[in-house]
Amino acid sequence: MFTKRGLVIGVVCLAALLAVPPFLKNYGVYLFTYWAIFVIANMGLNLTVGYAGQKSLGHAAFFGLGAYSVAILMKAGFSFWLGLPVAAVGCFVIGLAVGFPALRVQTIYLAFATLGFNTLVWLVMRNEQWLTGGTFGINGIGRPALFGVSFDGNLAYYYFVLAFALVLCFLLWRLLASPWGKAFTALRDNPIRAESLGVNVQAYTLLSFAIGAAYAGIAGALLASLVQFVEPVPFTVGASIMMYLMVVLGGPGYFLGPLLGSAVGVLLPEWLRFAQGWYLFVFGIAVILLMLWLPDGLLSLPERIRARRMARSEAAARAVAAQAGG
Amino acid sequence: MSDFLQLFLSGLATGSIYAVAALGFTLLWQASGTINFAQGEFVMLPAFIMLGFMSFGAPLALSFVLTCVVAVVLLGWCFKRGIVDPLLKFGMMPIIVATIGLAIAMRSGIRAGVSAEAQPFPSVFADKLFNIGGVTVTLADVGTLAVALVLVLATQAFLSRTVTGRAMQAVAQNTDSATVLGIDVPRMVFYTFALNALLACAAALLVTPAYLAKFDMGESLGLKAFFAAIIGGFTNSRGALLGGLIVGVSENLAAAYISPAYKDAVALFIFMLVILFKPEGLLGKKVERKV
Repeated sequence: MFTKRGLVIGVVCLAALLAVPPFLKNYGVYLFTYWAIFVIANMGLNLTVGYAGQKSLGHAAFFGLGAYSVAILMKAGFSFWLGLPVAAVGCFVIGLAVGFPALRVQTIYLAFATLGFNTLVWLVMRNEQWLTGGTFGINGIGRPALFGVSFDGNLAYYYFVLAFALVLCFLLWRLLASPWGKAFTALRDNPIRAESLGVNVQAYTLLSFAIGAAYAGIAGALLASLVQFVEPVPFTVGASIMMYLMVVLGGPGYFLGPLLGSAVGVLLPEWLRFAQGWYLFVFGIAVILLMLWLPDGLLSLPERIRARRMARSEAAARAVAAQAGG
Repeated sequence: MSDFLQLFLSGLATGSIYAVAALGFTLLWQASGTINFAQGEFVMLPAFIMLGFMSFGAPLALSFVLTCVVAVVLLGWCFKRGIVDPLLKFGMMPIIVATIGLAIAMRSGIRAGVSAEAQPFPSVFADKLFNIGGVTVTLADVGTLAVALVLVLATQAFLSRTVTGRAMQAVAQNTDSATVLGIDVPRMVFYTFALNALLACAAALLVTPAYLAKFDMGESLGLKAFFAAIIGGFTNSRGALLGGLIVGVSENLAAAYISPAYKDAVALFIFMLVILFKPEGLLGKKVERKV
């Protein structure tokens, strides 16, 4: 799965992620943390969408459920360390339930069913004031501590989130390298063939949703503690669509796609701030151009270059052969 | 009872606008397999183009005609050539994401370039009330419903009665056979895109007086159009009409009788039921899966 060059690039990136943030201002650290949280959520979505090929447009609902579980539990006086597993397990179970429509409907219908689910969750968040605080949300959510080490500081919390991202990244990598991972891709590439080869299509479809949802739940829990405030706005259908966009832009079905995709979705709009009121306009145009340039996502670029180089050398070989023959 | 009828009628009026937007959406899907996530913005933009023409002193009717021309070029031709054509062969995901990007760009472009505030928009219909058997109805409601119905039925008639329309349907049903039969497929697909742009202009003309022209007006409109298209049946043009009316009426009644906060939930509920139990839509035909 990883070449030597890939390993080197990975180590360099990791070193940068560890070394750069201490030199950044508060807002920079905040953005890095925000990015890492989206990486976690989008890794989950990449499993559902990119590997298992299930069109899910309701990922922000799980993200929100995770955030609200932690917020509500911490408000009630429980520890973050209770909220986090509740968020993960809760989202896993609800993800299983949301996966059921996927057994009946596919492609675009599934996308709309999950989108409907997202709207429903959002409506509950907005309207059930007694539980969620309605549009005012819940504020004053604390940050966790572990073995007496507090992660109150922004930089400390960043490393905390980064550690989560790395562990979850490793787990997903192991999962995908296992026979399970192969089953997921088989499901995406040809569900009927997968079924006839003995893959339990139902179980894997449900699992791809549930595991993806659990990742989003953990990401949401981390988000609640980062912003220390939850409200329904970041968990709308629009947010789900943005997450889908990030996964597809990064390269669905590429392991590291969510890293790049989240960077485009979270950091690019910030870099474009110089365009002031126009920055989202520029972002939208950039998304269109990126898709036109690399329809299979940013990470398909190396493959594209390799294919082009191969085509060129083949053409050269043909020319030589033609000359020798003629 | 009269309250109920009033709500029902204004629901029908709103729903018929959703139907117009949904119709364009299903046509695009049928003809080219394009899922347009910018469908709501395709209604929002013409509203602002009309306002632009009117600010130069053009009357509403002239602005509408000019806007139709601009929309066919911009939202029909440019959209097809610039985004759909190059991406179609890569499957559904890239087009979805590109149209999301387009929606973001259009929304924020209008916000930054024109205005972030809601703009008033003149109504085609005079501000008049009728009283029919104790039920008060506005001319705008009745007029909107009538115009939208005529539009949907005219589109239907065009698709099923004219040679061009039938050729467009042939392309939608089976592109390969249509090619073999000598139908100019790319041209028919372009016609569909043009038709979608025209329907969007009409929807803009009808919806904006009530909703006001605002950069984000397309967001909820687009979502409602999706719901309508799915409920009615994605593969059937008449489905869009039925779906639109169901969504419009149900949200109006829910707002009055259940709770305004859950206004959108009823349409959503119907939508979920349809998705789960009859995913091909109320009027749609089932598509068997292929190996």
